[in-house]
Amino acid sequence: MPGPLPLHDSGAAPSAPFSPQPERRVLSIWLWQLAMDRWRLGEGLAEGEGADAAPLALVDETARGVRIAAANRAGLAAGAAPGMSLADARTLCPQLATAPSDPASDLAFLEKLALWAQRWGPWSALDPPDGLIVDVTGVAHLFGGEEALLADVRAALARRRLEGRLAIAPTAGAAWGLAHYGPDGAVLQPGDNAERRLGQLPVAALRLDDDVLLVLRRLGLKRLADLSGVAREALVRRFRNRRSPAANPLIRMDQLLGRVPEPMLPVIAVHAPLVQRRLMEPIRHRDLLDRVVTDLAEDMARELEGQGLGARRLELAMWKVDGEVVTRRLELAAPSRDAVHIASLFGRKLDDVDAGFGIEMVRMRSAWSENVALSQGDFEVAAEGHGTSLAAFIDRLAVRLGARAVRRPVPRASHVPERAQAWIGALEPGKTLQEAFEFHHRPLKLLDSAERIAVLYASPDGLPRRFRWRGEVHEIARVEGPERISPEWWRERSSVRLRDYYRIEDSEGRRYWIYRDGIAGDGRGGDAQGRPPDWFLQGICG
Amino acid sequence: MFHRIDSPAPCEDQSAAVGTARAQAWRPGIASDEVPHGEVFASGRDGTGAGLALALALDRIAASSPDPLADAPDQRMWLWVQDRDALRRTGRPYRPGLPRALRHRLIHVAAASAEDALFALEEGLRCRDLAFVIGEIAGNPKALSFTAQRRLSLAAQRHGVPLWLVRLDAARDLSSARMRWQARPAPSPHPRWNAAAPGVARWRAELFRARRHPPGEWLLHEEEGRLVQQALLRAGEATRLSNDARPAAAAR
Repeated sequence: MPGPLPLHDSGAAPSAPFSPQPERRVLSIWLWQLAMDRWRLGEGLAEGEGADAAPLALVDETARGVRIAAANRAGLAAGAAPGMSLADARTLCPQLATAPSDPASDLAFLEKLALWAQRWGPWSALDPPDGLIVDVTGVAHLFGGEEALLADVRAALARRRLEGRLAIAPTAGAAWGLAHYGPDGAVLQPGDNAERRLGQLPVAALRLDDDVLLVLRRLGLKRLADLSGVAREALVRRFRNRRSPAANPLIRMDQLLGRVPEPMLPVIAVHAPLVQRRLMEPIRHRDLLDRVVTDLAEDMARELEGQGLGARRLELAMWKVDGEVVTRRLELAAPSRDAVHIASLFGRKLDDVDAGFGIEMVRMRSAWSENVALSQGDFEVAAEGHGTSLAAFIDRLAVRLGARAVRRPVPRASHVPERAQAWIGALEPGKTLQEAFEFHHRPLKLLDSAERIAVLYASPDGLPRRFRWRGEVHEIARVEGPERISPEWWRERSSVRLRDYYRIEDSEGRRYWIYRDGIAGDGRGGDAQGRPPDWFLQGICG
Repeated sequence: MFHRIDSPAPCEDQSAAVGTARAQAWRPGIASDEVPHGEVFASGRDGTGAGLALALALDRIAASSPDPLADAPDQRMWLWVQDRDALRRTGRPYRPGLPRALRHRLIHVAAASAEDALFALEEGLRCRDLAFVIGEIAGNPKALSFTAQRRLSLAAQRHGVPLWLVRLDAARDLSSARMRWQARPAPSPHPRWNAAAPGVARWRAELFRARRHPPGEWLLHEEEGRLVQQALLRAGEATRLSNDARPAAAAR
């Protein structure tokens, strides 16, 4: 999904008769009974029919007990309100029936509705938890005017047995406020004086957080007109450190009047390429399954090629006769639509699939695709002998050894040696980082954890003479050091000691990188007990 | 094809041996059209094996493109495969310590077993986008049989990707490697400004079996991506077949 698309409101500018940009028109739909409507749809009931005739509430299990998320008409009439605890509601209405609420499904339903709502405008956005915003700029005449457009929306919602409150205004903020707190089906014309028309709406119409609403209520500012009555400077000072629009009534007011733009995130339908094979006879043998997967990979490659895409993540689902579904997932290092490659990668993942009584349907879906331009195929036979590409090589290794086994080192901004390199995926782009200064030699290899060594030295903070590592004694012939590296106090505890690194070469010419953890008298680690600092071998030079 | 280390080599090696009379002695920077499959035997207590293998790889890159201005520099990735035991013995590659021309192009594979490491090596040799491949395998695992070695040789030759396999603490078993080295550390030259400090890494490299070159021993170190030969320990005069000849003398 692309980034937020700014909805440039031009409400503040006076509308010229031949303005190149038409006045923006935004439709807000508030499905104020969304959860209840969805419950009724799931139960197959009409409004006020069957179980819906009696008081009923959808409840949520929260940390503070069971709370009511939504209630039907009878329930609302009996006194159950959203946000109330179930025990309180039961005292008002003992016969209140309950059903569990499902906010995640509500949101998924709302996403589908947002796509469906694009029948009235080129793009739509979600307004969670229960609203939709549709841009209807310049489309009202297709429905015969804005009133007719609203009637069409209402009829379409009624056909889906949804209850909505609608409003059209030049800005999303104004449309939202009118839909929630204005008369149903309100239309704010571009020429209207928005400040006067909306002045009688409560401040809650500004889409503010609850604590800000509380502040405004304590200040005695109850309606939008009250806000314009106060000097702007006073409000600016009162809310000077509120940056978020939902916490600052001035920003919300400007958005409502179209003085500042309000970016919205449009909903865009993405169709994942999907291919499937229904099998006449359930298959139980591996070679047949491989054949089907190869066919599917070829279908998928054709599908992807038609859309100019390459797959990054593929899902292969196998439906078995006994109703079970086996799924295998695959992630590719670079977008690809090479059917042979995909089939061979899946081939490795199918070894542990238990066919049971047989597999009757196989489906392959590309859950994540990226653009890949069309390219000319090799027209030389000799090109086939030229080996695999890097991405195919990485994929093969990752499938057999695991993605964490194939990595590459990238520099990291740290001066502690083991932290100065990070490992990322082989084809992931690394962060751009300034190369560190190279004042000192670094070893070719670093042990995963530094190994403790016993060191003989002339004085505790002097040069080492001899050390024992992995059961063998090394005479130190040459030393360079110390290179003192302090702990990174912003990442580590205060008890971490500094390190004095020495680059050494023993009498046979073997080169190592060792360090002393702390100095005598620094009061950290074993120093409090009077023990001398420990020595560690961390790096091995080439 | 099969030959033993400790006996005079029969058949094919015989012809190679006849060639050794005319064969060139190996020297750093020698340009060869043969795609190398080299083996470097080294101890698991130091980094000489990996150091020498990297230096040989750099030397080959420098030798195969003699004029750095003639062509765009090779920016392909290279592969370093380690099995778990090799990783535990000598540690993981450390980016700041790698040669400057190579450090941003490394792909590292930490394989759990020698089988996985061999699989990764063979896949790497088949990949046309890799500059060279370095493997590090500890000991003499069963998976690293003569057949496995031969597969690696053929893959390297067929796809033109050089391979250097570092064998840590390993016995000299049967192998189809084109050049087999024994690497030992050597005291480094004294740096110019601080004679008490360790200098650049230097190796005592013994070429104990090669297809095109007579055996010999060299003191080598790396300078700006090229190997530099310090003193010839045993020159190309070794035309005899027997491998039990001792190195003639120490460094002169």
